[in-house]
Amino acid sequence: MIQLCPIADLTPGAVIRIARPDVPVPLALVKVGERVFCIDDTCSHETASLSDGWLDGHEIECPLHESRFDLRTGKPDCPPARRPIRTHVVQVVDGMVCVDATSLALAAETAR
Amino acid sequence: MTTIAVVGTGLAGVRAAEALRADGYDGRLVLVGEEAAQPYDRPPLSKQVLLGKCESQDIALTDDDLRAVLDAEWLLGTRATALDPASRALTLADGRSLYADGVVIATGARARTLPGMPRLPGVHTLRTLDDAHRLREDLSRPGRVVVVGGGFIGAEVASSARALGHEVTIVEYEQKPLLRQLGPDAAGILGRLHTDHGVALVTGVGVTGLVGEDGVRAVELSDGRLLPADVVVVGVGAVPNTEWLTGSGVACDNGVLTDERCRTTVLGVVAAGDVAAYRCRGGRLRIEHWTNARDMPVIAAGSLLATLRGQDPMAQPVHDPLPYVWSDQYGVQLQIAGRPGVDDVLELVSGSFDDSFAAVYRRDGEISGVLAVDSPREFGRLRRDLRSAWSVR
Ligand SMILES: Cc1cc2nc3c(=O)[nH]c(=O)nc-3n(C[C@H](O)[C@H](O)[C@H](O)COP(=O)(O)OP(=O)(O)OC[C@H]3O[C@@H](n4cnc5c(N)ncnc54)[C@H](O)[C@@H]3O)c2cc1C
Repeated sequence: MIQLCPIADLTPGAVIRIARPDVPVPLALVKVGERVFCIDDTCSHETASLSDGWLDGHEIECPLHESRFDLRTGKPDCPPARRPIRTHVVQVVDGMVCVDATSLALAAETAR
Repeated sequence: MTTIAVVGTGLAGVRAAEALRADGYDGRLVLVGEEAAQPYDRPPLSKQVLLGKCESQDIALTDDDLRAVLDAEWLLGTRATALDPASRALTLADGRSLYADGVVIATGARARTLPGMPRLPGVHTLRTLDDAHRLREDLSRPGRVVVVGGGFIGAEVASSARALGHEVTIVEYEQKPLLRQLGPDAAGILGRLHTDHGVALVTGVGVTGLVGEDGVRAVELSDGRLLPADVVVVGVGAVPNTEWLTGSGVACDNGVLTDERCRTTVLGVVAAGDVAAYRCRGGRLRIEHWTNARDMPVIAAGSLLATLRGQDPMAQPVHDPLPYVWSDQYGVQLQIAGRPGVDDVLELVSGSFDDSFAAVYRRDGEISGVLAVDSPREFGRLRRDLRSAWSVR
């Protein structure tokens, strides 16, 4: 497990970008209601940072070309993105949001 | 069985086919495309493709999954040459006829050329993948590049040619590039992008001729100057592909005229994308931007299916999006929303005009447009404000 950030840092409706040497791909963390979602931060179409995008319920909109991804499934609603964005399972351990390292390693491989 | 023919296999054509199936259309679907290539996306042509950063397969608009969903007959490499309004039969360039109950016109636009100028080797326009490959080939040798036209495509080509190490000059007829689209302040800022990156900008002059015999040697300007050139790229706008509709009853005037629901003057014929001049807020818009070509076919498909199913098309949604375009030049990302007028006032919201920034246009104090350079998050926020203003107007 990789610790990402304290749960207290997350406010509902706000997106946090996590880009650190110990995290293989940049991530976006989002709190919707009481649930925390973790997705790859880079749009599956082109290099845009989804954490710069607009959040609307469970959907996040790519800031460049407006494909919207469902935070729960990673699926895009319309082109240019065709491929889903990878979602990661997070757990809150002792007040820290943590993500499974193997799921991330896989993401790093497919991102290449 | 019902047949729907989609003419044009660019973004708008593919999206129309996708929308028809998503809307439950299970009849025969035929796509007719002049280009022999599988459908592809154009924005990367002037950017990644010229720079050799991506290949044809990276810009495909369809994949096996989508093609399975579309379940269409693909007639690629052949043009529609006529449409008979009574029988709704299409004539194809190879002599075949195709009867259709519904037709989607998505024939897009082609690059405008300089009137009366010789087609010399070394002179290019950029609209298709073939164009991009030919230009890339010419840019693989050292040489001086002259870009005629300082619009988005001209600017992107200049930026790519510069990145490939060429000496580049842009010739722009107006006093500043993008002056009419973005007004003097933004035009000044974007003009500086060129000069900051070592691209020469020659403004306020026209091109009167091309000099050369077995290849272009120079560009002749209206003030008598000769600009030496080994490669010339003409980026002076696009012309809608409507000639094939002569005699079809489909009314055209700088594009296929449609109503707010993408319907043309012929029943059962709709149009979408760069080719369509749609009615909007008491006026007409023909928008040559990617997002419009993505979204308009969905409306067109909805109203066509309503017509074919005998439902009331007026109950269908209208096409009235907030115009949006992006451009990538010199490693900088531009985003523009709305339709700012030349006299609208540009007001900085964040950042600095010398670097990255987000700004709004105002007309009588009201927001009329958003312009951002490398500020996607701020752009998104301001675009929301503009969208609210746009929807009440
Ligand atoms: C180099 C370049 C860069 C661009 N960059 C950007 C950008 O950064 N951002 C942005 O917002 N927009 C950009 N655009 C604009 C965007 O690509 C267009 O708005 C979009 O391609 C329009 O799609 P369309 O399907 O309506 O038309 P088109 O893409 O023109 O497709 C129409 C198709 O119909 C075919 N056709 C024409 N006549 C016939 C006929 N009679 N029978 C059969 N087929 C026919 C054509 O061959 C063509 O394949 C760019 C365009 C170009 C050329």
